[in-house]
Amino acid sequence: MALGNLASQKTLRGGSRVTLFRRKSWKAGKYFLVFFLAFVYLIPIIILVQTSFKTQVQIFTKVPTWIFVPTLENYRTVLLEQGFVRFMLNSLEVGLIATFFTLLIGGFAAYGLVRFRFRGQGVISFGTLLLRMIPPAVLVVPIYVLWSHFGLADTRTGLMIVYIGLNLPFTIWVLISFISEIPVELEEAAVVDGCGPWKIFFKVILPLIKPGLAAASIFTFRISWNEFIIALVLTNRITRTLPVATTIYLTDIGVQWGNITAMGTLIALPAIIFTFLAAKQLIAGLTAGAVKG
Amino acid sequence: MAQQKLFKGITPYFFVAPAVFVLAFTCLYPVMKGFELSFYDWKLGTPMASRQYVGWENFAWAWRDPALFNSIRVTLIFTACAVTAELFLGLALAFLLEKGMRGIAILRTAFIIPIMIAPVVVGLIWRYLFDANFGLINYLVQLVGFEPKIWLGTPGLALPAIIITDIWQWTPFMFILFLAGLQSLPRDPVEAAEVDGATTWQVIRQVKLPLLAPVIWVAIILRVIDAFRSLETMFIMTFGGPARETEVLSLNIYKTAFLSQRLGLASVNAIFLLAFILLLSLGFLMIARPALAKK
Repeated sequence: MALGNLASQKTLRGGSRVTLFRRKSWKAGKYFLVFFLAFVYLIPIIILVQTSFKTQVQIFTKVPTWIFVPTLENYRTVLLEQGFVRFMLNSLEVGLIATFFTLLIGGFAAYGLVRFRFRGQGVISFGTLLLRMIPPAVLVVPIYVLWSHFGLADTRTGLMIVYIGLNLPFTIWVLISFISEIPVELEEAAVVDGCGPWKIFFKVILPLIKPGLAAASIFTFRISWNEFIIALVLTNRITRTLPVATTIYLTDIGVQWGNITAMGTLIALPAIIFTFLAAKQLIAGLTAGAVKG
Repeated sequence: MAQQKLFKGITPYFFVAPAVFVLAFTCLYPVMKGFELSFYDWKLGTPMASRQYVGWENFAWAWRDPALFNSIRVTLIFTACAVTAELFLGLALAFLLEKGMRGIAILRTAFIIPIMIAPVVVGLIWRYLFDANFGLINYLVQLVGFEPKIWLGTPGLALPAIIITDIWQWTPFMFILFLAGLQSLPRDPVEAAEVDGATTWQVIRQVKLPLLAPVIWVAIILRVIDAFRSLETMFIMTFGGPARETEVLSLNIYKTAFLSQRLGLASVNAIFLLAFILLLSLGFLMIARPALAKK
């Protein structure tokens, strides 16, 4: 389809009525494509949300029902019966604390890497990049063993520590690109005024990289909120986070779709809200480094 | 990157030390521990004292293990198919929608949602869509007159279903990167080519694509690294089945350690995964170096 459209666009130049017609149909084709894509991308999300408001009977139909009387039964079950609130608080606690420390530690490191020259600097920058590539599945067994040994298994603290480590490389990467845009004269002026490096970091640098901190915190929180495999291994019935809790409804007998879609909707809700509120910042975060370099 | 000497002596180490310490504790140390574990026979749930040193026996076992080679093959097929499709779809969409049009903002917002929501939820959504009895896909398939299929339970269909899910989730990432890349291209070369009478296709092929090459390479490398680590969709949609057809290496490691309870063998498989991802990234970086150096 893409190639056909490109071929028709070829004839855009020139001014005859035929090309005008072609230009119009090309534009119509583009609108059709956008509409089709929005369908492909929104329908699965809509089905997720919609199914969470259906009764068991409405779910188990061969022909999808689009209009129905919504029920809150699934949400009642999920919220009241299976400890959802506890798992949500676990997710929030782990996500928020991990994000705070990732930004603090990552901010220090990024500032250190941008503004100072010191022995071992190259090793650290390259090492950070390299660590970004390690798949969680590589860490899952040794971390399970080590954390059990240190008494960190089954605790929220243990999970937080892992998430800080997993998120640091990306955070440092993003913050480096923001800090290196700050003119160094600002800091020199602060030195003249008698500020030490730590005061400069907190009073001069941090306020100036707020957009970077916002982008990094959204992505860090998202990773912690969404992460599955390490949380699955490192938590128990009390300390598990939301993504792990969905597995309750994936039983051998079958999937309780009503409950599981209600849970899925609740897990996806922050992401969907963030997307509508801060689409621009999210795109900035996604493209940071990759496009600008 | 402007590097300035503001402070000397020991201060910079204090700034970098916390990050180095955390990364060493959460990444480096576990990786090293993984290497150590690979030389032991140790059953999950038994005390550390009961583990036995077996030398290279786990490696010898892994070498003869069809499950390991199967999961390496699955990982490679999954990554190659998904990333290739995402690359071409992302490129095509970016070129098509490059020039701003009304309604594109809504599409861009819709596009980010799959990237932002939990992979577990993506897996749930698509497991439901691919459901044999009441999934939307079988409904659509029947509407156009084909037989319904047991997508996630039939060999030959399950892996494509997983790949389609990944394409759905990650094509937007490619698209967003390429769109940002296209919009930051210098205007002059494109205009010069247009003045010289180049067709749209020629401008894309001979001017825009070469200028976009660094972004394309970065996108490929990031996506390959990501595809190698993904296991949630497989975990939720098929748990590696049918007959291990969708058992990627990451999932194999989890199952070996926590279902078969063989921590040593799982560590060996993890070393394979690490080696693959390092080799692939290095390989891509080597190929991409000329393009990236131009940046």
